[in-house]
Amino acid sequence: MTDTLTPVLTDDWDAERSWTLATYEGRGGYDALRKALAMAPDDIIAAVKDSGLRGRGGAGFPTGMKWGFIPQDAATEAGAKPKYLVVNADESEPGTCKDTPLLMATPHTLVEGVIISSFAIRAHTAFIYIRGEVLHVIRRVQAAVAEAYAAGHLGTDIHGSGYDLDVVVHAGAGAYICGEETALLEGLEGRRGQPRLRPPFPAVAGLYASPTVINNVESIASVPSIIGNGAAWFASMGTEKSKGFGIFSLSGHVTRPGQYEAPLGITLRELIDLAGGMRAGHELKFWTPGGSSTPLLTHEHLDVPLDFEGVAGVGSMLGTRALQLFDETTCVVRAVLRWTEFYKHESCGKCTPCREGTWWLVQTLARLENGEGQESDLEMLLDQCENILGRSFCALADGATSPISSSIAFFRDEYLAHLSHGGCPFDPAASTLFETAGASA
Amino acid sequence: MTQTTSSGEGLGETTYAELREIAARYPEARSGLLPMLHLVQSVEGRITPEGIEACADILDISAADVSGVATFYTMYKRKPVGDYHVGVCTNTLCAVMGGDEIFSRLKDHLDVGNDETTDRRPGDRASVTLEHLECNAACDYAPVMMVNWEFMDNMTPSSATQLVDDLRAGAEVHSTRGPRVVTWREAARGLAGFPDGLADEGPSAGPPSLVGLGIARERGWTAPVAPREHHQDPGLDRADPARAVPQGRGQEMAAAQESDDSVVESAMVEEKSGTTTTAAEKGDAS
Repeated sequence: MTDTLTPVLTDDWDAERSWTLATYEGRGGYDALRKALAMAPDDIIAAVKDSGLRGRGGAGFPTGMKWGFIPQDAATEAGAKPKYLVVNADESEPGTCKDTPLLMATPHTLVEGVIISSFAIRAHTAFIYIRGEVLHVIRRVQAAVAEAYAAGHLGTDIHGSGYDLDVVVHAGAGAYICGEETALLEGLEGRRGQPRLRPPFPAVAGLYASPTVINNVESIASVPSIIGNGAAWFASMGTEKSKGFGIFSLSGHVTRPGQYEAPLGITLRELIDLAGGMRAGHELKFWTPGGSSTPLLTHEHLDVPLDFEGVAGVGSMLGTRALQLFDETTCVVRAVLRWTEFYKHESCGKCTPCREGTWWLVQTLARLENGEGQESDLEMLLDQCENILGRSFCALADGATSPISSSIAFFRDEYLAHLSHGGCPFDPAASTLFETAGASA
Repeated sequence: MTQTTSSGEGLGETTYAELREIAARYPEARSGLLPMLHLVQSVEGRITPEGIEACADILDISAADVSGVATFYTMYKRKPVGDYHVGVCTNTLCAVMGGDEIFSRLKDHLDVGNDETTDRRPGDRASVTLEHLECNAACDYAPVMMVNWEFMDNMTPSSATQLVDDLRAGAEVHSTRGPRVVTWREAARGLAGFPDGLADEGPSAGPPSLVGLGIARERGWTAPVAPREHHQDPGLDRADPARAVPQGRGQEMAAAQESDDSVVESAMVEEKSGTTTTAAEKGDAS
């Protein structure tokens, strides 16, 4: 089968001036585009369906199927409207750090994917919505798009195919919620980033109330390899229902944090081994499989296959493969409080359970962290979570409850220790990277 | 170096023309509002009432509509920002790895609180605004700081204090993975979609981005070799996927396709139920 690590998207990241068109084309870049332009658009959609590619932004929705929802019958109202492709490059889920290095190192992989995907869904305008807080990423993508125009990969009558496509690079302005696809569309329409009620789904009424596909950077960047190498090649990697490769991002108390591209289904134990183990003298305590919105797991879950089904099977979610690893020096209550403060800060305020609920969660957790609460506060927290979960337009509110309910399930005693200790029993200095140098670092 | 004071020259003809140019990039002009507000900040040093009026005027929407947007997004500032905006990630992972200590050290060192700007002392060539940040997508480089939205990776309290000292003194400061940092106003212009020609500065990637690739290179690991035969006949690849793989894989494919139905079914439920337990990615349902 395949080797343990399978660099595809990351394979060009160590090339000299990897971000330039010359380097990308020198390594076979834009060959898949030429191949795609000779195909029928429906055949591209079918190839992506056959590959088994599922959304790499976390939800895991089959990408080809999403494209297939775009109405193409010009005799219908929706089908007659222009279609749009929007790339979600608003990477901001805590722990998630895979799209940013891709866009910085090889923006042309995304641009080529955008052109092929737009051609498949018959869009003539595509947008790349990049979070505003990553200036150099934005520079590299802007430059790649400009180079692609100059080379005739974008614009009118691309390579004599008769197909026209314009790409607009759009910088966000600081709002986690805009990673949610309908909030992103609001931001792209020049409005406050507040999610829309679905249905209608973006496939029918998205940007400018027109049929719109919204895909994560890594999903779109995977498309050239699928077209270039074939659906079966992609599906030969991964597991039964989670095909292909993905970038796994290890961060935290591990010896070599970083990006590891592997077939879906690899385990955290294998990844930690590759990363040289946890930092010397320490052990794994808890981790997130796919960002802070995915329920925490512990050392008991080291052998869970990191694919959509495997992680769901232990009550969490694969999410964005944002593996944040914390060792035994870390206070789980402090970690969870900080994430909860984040959700409170980022709640857009549209839905009451989220707007008010996240505020109350912070109050309750902060009291516990300070050793001022009581044991029944844990039940109150769980009750608050229950009243938030599933009661808002979008998944931000659901995500806010994940770290709380999972940490209480696994670390109830640690919460209680804050009460008996009259505050946090941990030394925050011990979990820093410069602990040995102490305060003089 | 640009001035830190706000307004002053105001929005001239050039700026109005550039604001219109931004709006014209989009099928519907209002889509330009976010980058237009970035441009306002690059000219005015913050979101000014005049900038709001200008956007409203060009987009033919009310100033209240523009204000509503300008107050929603955290990168838009109502009060003047220093020459350099210094951010410290204090979301959980960076905080635990040392971000909290760095932020606290910087507050003491600069004698400012969150979202406050230093005075220019005699001899200073620049002012800095300190702010704590949420996750900035560089967790493998924790603890992370940003200067004018450029990455400053693997920081410590002492490298952080040195950084702000250098910025205030006007010394040359480079992003770990980018160019010499430009001023906050210049950065805002880039965000508005006016490139500054610095895309070629800096490396392809920092060491953590390459760690997995390095191991694969060392051990000779690769993705499966792709079948090359159909390159002469591009249109046929998809028609018969089994052709592309060795014999015997065909059955596997068929099994996979059958099993896809259940994936699809569950995914449909996931998509339709939008607000149930499918939190994972607060939505990038992509």
